[in-house]
Amino acid sequence: MAQLDEMLDQDAAIPLRADLEEHLRECDHCEITLNTTRKTIEIYRSHELYELPDDLRDRLHRAIVAKCRKC
Amino acid sequence: MSSSIQSQGAAEIHPDVLLVERARQGDMAAFEKLVRQYDRQVFRIAQHIVQNREDAEDVVQDAFLKAYQKLDQFQGNSKFYTWLVRIAVNEALMRLRKRRTGRMVSIDEDVETEEGSMPRDLADWSPDPEAMYGQSEMADILRKTIQGLPPGFRVVFALRDVDGLSTEETAETLGLSVPAVKSRLLRARLQLRERLSRYFKKREGNGSRAKQGQGGVK
Repeated sequence: MAQLDEMLDQDAAIPLRADLEEHLRECDHCEITLNTTRKTIEIYRSHELYELPDDLRDRLHRAIVAKCRKC
Repeated sequence: MSSSIQSQGAAEIHPDVLLVERARQGDMAAFEKLVRQYDRQVFRIAQHIVQNREDAEDVVQDAFLKAYQKLDQFQGNSKFYTWLVRIAVNEALMRLRKRRTGRMVSIDEDVETEEGSMPRDLADWSPDPEAMYGQSEMADILRKTIQGLPPGFRVVFALRDVDGLSTEETAETLGLSVPAVKSRLLRARLQLRERLSRYFKKREGNGSRAKQGQGGVK
């Protein structure tokens, strides 16, 4: 599992990477786990789950500036 | 996503450092610029922790106010953004504690779970999940799924994988060791993968199930 992590973060040293890549070619389970975990990260990265609408943003800015001026 | 890189070199001073300097001298426009630069990220991180929009709004206000009050304490040896996020994370955890009627909440809560440490659901995802669900339905699935994780996993995943901080920056921001961040990140990723598999895994003849109106958020 720790090696999977290194593959996800592209941290694996080159000799280890070659071994892992060879293993992945033979092991469906590891390959699926790696690919679907990569996809998990990708999907979360590409969707903004908590957007800050402009009207709320403006309201927050006004409130922040007003509070800071009172400091 | 934060694209700022703070140089420690004397020749290159990050624009944030200059804005902080101006804000310290009372230039409110400079501080407003910092607010505009990072409010979306702070709001997102707050939402990931408190899971509630009103509380997240309060966290954004309190975090920027506290940052403003503590500007003198910003040393410039870390990015302004990571310094700000550290304040926001603490504010969010305090807010979570208030909501839970005073019970202590920390980023260590519930992280000892074994869930996700070994992948169980080994089905491939097919067709591409993005093709199966519309944007808003996908966002609902992603929110619902990440809400099931302990706060200490959510925040590590949000900072490292969504916000793009490095492992070291995430560790510094949360006051955790690098190995602790790596361990939590892996388990967060695997738990999310496992939970998303319930929606995305390949089924016989499922085709574009969701887009045909049969697949909702469970």
